[in-house]
Amino acid sequence: MADAAGRAPEQYNYDIVRRFAIMSLVWGVLGMLTGVYLAAELAWPVLNFDIPEITFGRLRPVHTTLVIFGFGGSALFATSYYVVQRTCQARLVSDGLAAFTFWGWQVAIGIAAISYMFGYTQAREYAEMVWPIDLLIAVTWVAYLLVYVGTIRRRTQPHIYVANWFFIAFILATAILHIFNNMEVPVSMFSLKSYSLHAGVQDAMTQWWYGHNAVGFFLTAAFLGMMYYFVPKQAGRPIYSYRLSIIHFWALVFLYMWVGAHHLHWTALPDWTSTLAATFSILLLLPSWGGMINGVMTLSGAWDRLRTDPIMRFLIVALSFYGMSTFEGPMMSLKSVNALSHYTDWTIGHVHSGALGWVAMISFGSLYHLIPRLFNTAIYSKRLIYLHFWLATIGIVIYITAMWVAGIGQGLMLRSFDEYGNLVYTFIETVNFLHLPYMVRTFGGALFVSGVLVMAYNVYMTVRKARQEEAALEAKIAAKMART
Amino acid sequence: MKHEQIETNAGLLIVLTLIVISIGGLAEIVPLYFLDGTVEEVKVAGRDTVRPYTPLELRGRDIYQREGCYVCHSQMIRPFRDEALRYGHYSLAAESKYDHPFQWGSKRTGPDLARVGGKYSNQWHVQHLYDPRSVVPESIMPGYPWLLKNNLAYKDINGRMRALKAVGVPYSETQVEYDANVQRFGREAADLLDIHSAEHNLLSQAQSSNYDGNGDTITEMDALVAYLQVLGTMVDFSKFDEGHFAKYR
Repeated sequence: MADAAGRAPEQYNYDIVRRFAIMSLVWGVLGMLTGVYLAAELAWPVLNFDIPEITFGRLRPVHTTLVIFGFGGSALFATSYYVVQRTCQARLVSDGLAAFTFWGWQVAIGIAAISYMFGYTQAREYAEMVWPIDLLIAVTWVAYLLVYVGTIRRRTQPHIYVANWFFIAFILATAILHIFNNMEVPVSMFSLKSYSLHAGVQDAMTQWWYGHNAVGFFLTAAFLGMMYYFVPKQAGRPIYSYRLSIIHFWALVFLYMWVGAHHLHWTALPDWTSTLAATFSILLLLPSWGGMINGVMTLSGAWDRLRTDPIMRFLIVALSFYGMSTFEGPMMSLKSVNALSHYTDWTIGHVHSGALGWVAMISFGSLYHLIPRLFNTAIYSKRLIYLHFWLATIGIVIYITAMWVAGIGQGLMLRSFDEYGNLVYTFIETVNFLHLPYMVRTFGGALFVSGVLVMAYNVYMTVRKARQEEAALEAKIAAKMART
Repeated sequence: MKHEQIETNAGLLIVLTLIVISIGGLAEIVPLYFLDGTVEEVKVAGRDTVRPYTPLELRGRDIYQREGCYVCHSQMIRPFRDEALRYGHYSLAAESKYDHPFQWGSKRTGPDLARVGGKYSNQWHVQHLYDPRSVVPESIMPGYPWLLKNNLAYKDINGRMRALKAVGVPYSETQVEYDANVQRFGREAADLLDIHSAEHNLLSQAQSSNYDGNGDTITEMDALVAYLQVLGTMVDFSKFDEGHFAKYR
């Protein structure tokens, strides 16, 4: 950083945290706008405009990649780099390597999104990146692991704080998942096309082992790491139960790896595998709620904070959605429920109650806590945080309600028989039924995005204010220096 | 051992975490490669009836992936009464054993396609892909008019088949491999799986079937429709006793 004022270099590397935090918002806005457009395409298919690059099939991975890896991933890099430095009281082990993780990650996300629009994909959900991007991500991820573990080894505290356990588990698991799920053979060195090593049933199992643990580790364990730092910090109280955090950490990381096959109930996957996955999915409710309770109860005795602190509201509502969706998930993994819910929008609603309600809300709360500290100023507008909170919360509720109606409704229609044993509805009649919920969902999503735009404006004004304050301070110092 | 030891030792924390997160995947994925019956044996008169895709079908499958069809269409029929009535016999693991990657899907915004082969005419598919709402007015599927315009790129078909061979699909390059394919799939199929005659096979399938209704050029539409028309047609369930495949579940 240019140090015009001649201050000592920062104790911690906040520059990397700032960059990731800002990019998280940039990808968030782009990814969620893409999501709203996709939702609109389903309600009004004319919006595909016969343009290959923006048809639903090509645009959908753009949305998922930008929000999961762009928005969520950058938020995780930002918060994990912040948390590891603060809790270890040590500067990142290497600024250069940290900067490399920034560029590696941003380039991978950017190229991935563009390549999907031009039809370059592996056709594996949430792992659509073509093989050169997979390699770039692998290298970036190893650098991330080195920075993270290297920094932990420099800690001046004997204990490794619980948030770091979750971040470490997330980094290790993501490395394993990424490598084993992306084993592929390219057509040639100069072709972006590759074919996966596994086929059919084994490929399906590997992909959903990856897919569900992208949820379990990327979107859950890592965000629990975020929660374990920012909730106690914002509440100004220690975490509710240290013992609970130990138990639910080990239970969570152990159990998650078993549950992927619940995405493959009633398929050609052998029954033993999907039964095992369903069993572990139900068990998973316990550590999930362990984390939720630990977070929510941290506020016990200080509940009045919810009335005055909008950031606390984001964090607590995030935990509430986490509790709700980790209850809904095990329920949907029951084979009889899954028979109805699978292949329908119920799944989409479930994912979004987790992704918007939990992941995005905890990130917003954490970023609102972080941004003023990173830029050494106060937030531009607290009222805009309230506005964002309500837009987001109402948006999510509308979204998931529409998807419950769509999913359960379509599921019931598809399995209705008349008195002669014939199907009551053709498939297209159920599609027709979806039109209204699809419009409502688009509206809910649009509300949510408008909240993010409010946040982006608020953050932009905060950064601008910080710059002005800094310039004013420097002018003051210069004037003082000139006088003496 | 006290948990404090783990909390104060980064190496120990990492090793224990690695062990704990590895167990689930190992227990569920590895056996699928070794347990008999995970993938059914489907033989009629001693021959495998599920064969790898022909060069044209393979290119069609690549286009299916490129356009992200799997995002809205599953290829996995579940063993339920309504699905049997809508789509046909439930899907077998054997039917996707040459699918790298699998295309079972996770969402049915449109209907399942596992057995769409032979259900509609080529002409219907072309019209439907060109402008879905001209055949199904309530459809919310995007149109794919460019498939009719784009000439099919097939110069790298050998490379594609070799890459698939490297991951275990029995396309043949040597005489020995070809002979093995004759034994396994019959001569007619074995000829289609030979990498050396890939381009010839691709052209002759496209020309003789003329999927897109335009005889002059071979378009991406030819390939995609060829792929759709073979989906779910490789197992003739009338040749097996009812319940024959139930023992594999």
